[in-house]
Amino acid sequence: MSQAVRDHRGRPIVVVTGIGIVTSLGQGKEDNWRNLLAGVSGIRRITRFPTEGLRTQIAGIVDWNSDERYCAPRHSINLAQQSATEAIEQASIGSRGSFPGPLFVANSPAETNWDQRMTVYGDEAGKGLRGYERLVKNAAAGDYLRYFRLFQFASIADTLADEFGTRGQPISLTTACASGATSVQLGAEAIRRGETDAALCIGTDGEICEEMVVRFNLLSALSTQNDDPQGASKPFSKGRDGFVMAEGSATLVLESYEAARARGAKILGVVRSAGERADTFHRTRSKPDGSAIIDCITRAMADAGMTPGDIDYINAHGTSTPENDKMEYLALSAALGDELANTPISSNKSMIGHTLSAAGAIEAAISLLTIQAGVMPPTINCNEQDPNIPMDVVPNESRVQSVNTVMSNSFGFGGQNVCLIFSAEPA
Amino acid sequence: MPRLGDRMNTKQSEVWITGIGLVSSLGEGLDDHWSQLATGNTPAASVDTEDQAPYPVHPIIDFDIAAQIPKRSDQRQMGKWQHLGTYAAGLALDDAGISHNPDLLAATNMIVAAGGGERDLEVDADIMEKIAGVEDFGPILNEALNSELRPTLFLAQLSNLMAGNISIVHGVTDSSRTFMGEESAGVTALETAVAQIRHGQGDLFLVGGAYIAERADMTMLMEFGHTLWQGEHESVWNRESTDGGMIMGSAGAFLILESRQHAESRGVKPYAKVDGIVSDRCTRQPGAARKNADKLFGQLSNEIPVGPLPVLSGCCGVQPQLSEEYEFLKSLNEHGIDAAVRGVTTIFGNTLEAQLPVSFALASLAISRGKFLDPFDESGFEKEFTDIPEHVLLSTWGHWRGECLALIGKPDVPLRGGE
Repeated sequence: MSQAVRDHRGRPIVVVTGIGIVTSLGQGKEDNWRNLLAGVSGIRRITRFPTEGLRTQIAGIVDWNSDERYCAPRHSINLAQQSATEAIEQASIGSRGSFPGPLFVANSPAETNWDQRMTVYGDEAGKGLRGYERLVKNAAAGDYLRYFRLFQFASIADTLADEFGTRGQPISLTTACASGATSVQLGAEAIRRGETDAALCIGTDGEICEEMVVRFNLLSALSTQNDDPQGASKPFSKGRDGFVMAEGSATLVLESYEAARARGAKILGVVRSAGERADTFHRTRSKPDGSAIIDCITRAMADAGMTPGDIDYINAHGTSTPENDKMEYLALSAALGDELANTPISSNKSMIGHTLSAAGAIEAAISLLTIQAGVMPPTINCNEQDPNIPMDVVPNESRVQSVNTVMSNSFGFGGQNVCLIFSAEPA
Repeated sequence: MPRLGDRMNTKQSEVWITGIGLVSSLGEGLDDHWSQLATGNTPAASVDTEDQAPYPVHPIIDFDIAAQIPKRSDQRQMGKWQHLGTYAAGLALDDAGISHNPDLLAATNMIVAAGGGERDLEVDADIMEKIAGVEDFGPILNEALNSELRPTLFLAQLSNLMAGNISIVHGVTDSSRTFMGEESAGVTALETAVAQIRHGQGDLFLVGGAYIAERADMTMLMEFGHTLWQGEHESVWNRESTDGGMIMGSAGAFLILESRQHAESRGVKPYAKVDGIVSDRCTRQPGAARKNADKLFGQLSNEIPVGPLPVLSGCCGVQPQLSEEYEFLKSLNEHGIDAAVRGVTTIFGNTLEAQLPVSFALASLAISRGKFLDPFDESGFEKEFTDIPEHVLLSTWGHWRGECLALIGKPDVPLRGGE
């Protein structure tokens, strides 16, 4: 009996018992899944702020859940609250406001934005002073306790820890575009160490503002196909010119298999492994030989005790930048060899856009839904696939096919790479 | 080098500290700090009362960036905060004999405790001037951002790019995680690394953080909560009878944490070992942090001997936490502990994400040199400690959240730097 709840290395098996998702495709698993299978795009023209003069004017913004004036960390908290509430309800674990395990939150750094900066700037006390001298003077004279709380770097995780009553200090983490996957990895590691029977893993990102758009434009990372928002994110296709920024959140409730079975929880899937390898090459690009991401993928398979033939389907990082998609293909060819030809791969980002810090968690959640449903979401906008990326990208139409094991890739700026493998509940 | 699988059901690994990189307002490297902190006299803090006036800060010393970040192309991609962290990480890797060893670098896991990188405050000031008073400033803001921002500026701002730069400049390539957010980021980074080593989820870790206090955007953030001390520098215990306030300090501190087995197999001596690290949080209702500290003490107390005990407190200076931590430290005598407390923040300032890493470095230094640090002030609260330290208790409470206690101990083998 004890054999069945430990993996091939004798570690506690980690399972998923709750999933929550919110993206530009909808609130909750059902809406998201329906739209993913239908090949719907959540990308639209930005209306949150004026886009005049910006090279990129499209994004997958989630605005329908908020009446309040936009404030980046507050919005990330709102999105996370939605996905976490859904996941915890599904897992039916703990009691309201008391989750029996630690919290790992992947989020963008909380930052004051221009709206708040100018609010403070306008106060009386510092009139006549310039720049930050004026802001400091006004901060000291004013009543900005709310800003103090919101813009501490760990504010998002801390607010969520209060709301969901998680145990111990929450960890607020970033590995750039791999962050969401890192949150799942940290949760799984804590359970494997036997520190806890459960962990709450959240990725959330609601930080699209004018400065973020300008910053990513400066790195030439974003699509500028403003005339066709829904067609702009086209991973693995010719004419792809960058990613489309988006917002969203996903939450996974992780548990040890033993604890989940003991309480009779429905098992949604197994976290088989996580592989990781940092790159040394460049701040925004992978090593030209792909060795770091190859290693990351190979390590994930080794950690799971799997070979390339065991992988049924790949949930791609697939950002739709010229560089990423080419490198991801190169790395997968090396890591999976001939098996890649038999392994379908698709990019959720073709529909959702790139939710940055949340992407790894959202794609982990969708990977698990794929296993449950036995349907692969498509890569949409695949009208002319890049001939240099000859993979089965599940073009344009979802595909019914039984999927037992999914690999989910996340590669971040700064060279932080994570590969997760999920599978169906062990027989 | 393949990562070792988790070793379940075996004896937990002892966690050694085998490398230290420390740069602060006092100086650079262990000898430099030791020569100022163990002279037999009260050490003198380095304080700048002009830079962020009326708020005093402990400014970072000048350090030779090129000594750790030789390529100008790399230097240009970072701001001062990333320079400092990458520099201190390089010192730690050098100190532990990891630098330039590809096998060891590929097996080094990294956890960085990060805040935000720098904004260009002059650019911000120009833009504020331009858009102030304009009702719908959006289009003008867009134009200004388009023309003023630079790509390197964005990369210098990204929290995870300190880790990214450490990988690029020094070649650290196993796992890489960045934990965000003030004192507790440093706490959870160290706590996670220790847990991973104990459970065989890695044998070699680079853990630490950096903070630059001479930053008006951070001064603004802290003044949103009215948390800063104004005027002349005062020791943290002398602020106890007042409304309190923090004095921020600049430092970069990185540690190499290593399983005993791994260190022994490559013939490396430790400075010290980690006997325990525990933490929790509360909503900071009056008395809640103290209650947490009492609970955490209970979790460590089996490891803590009675009698004289060196203690390094990272007491932030904000009330009422300052008084609560002060009372907690005084209450240690109820457990038979004669605490010789040093208020680390009196000399170093609150170095936020780097606070606990700085305390780890100082405790390791004291253990390895067989002598505790002299009292940091003349408040009378800090007692002499003349024995050879076997343990050092560390206390770190965040200025707005998170309480932590850690215990650094003396390994039963010959130590680094003891000669």
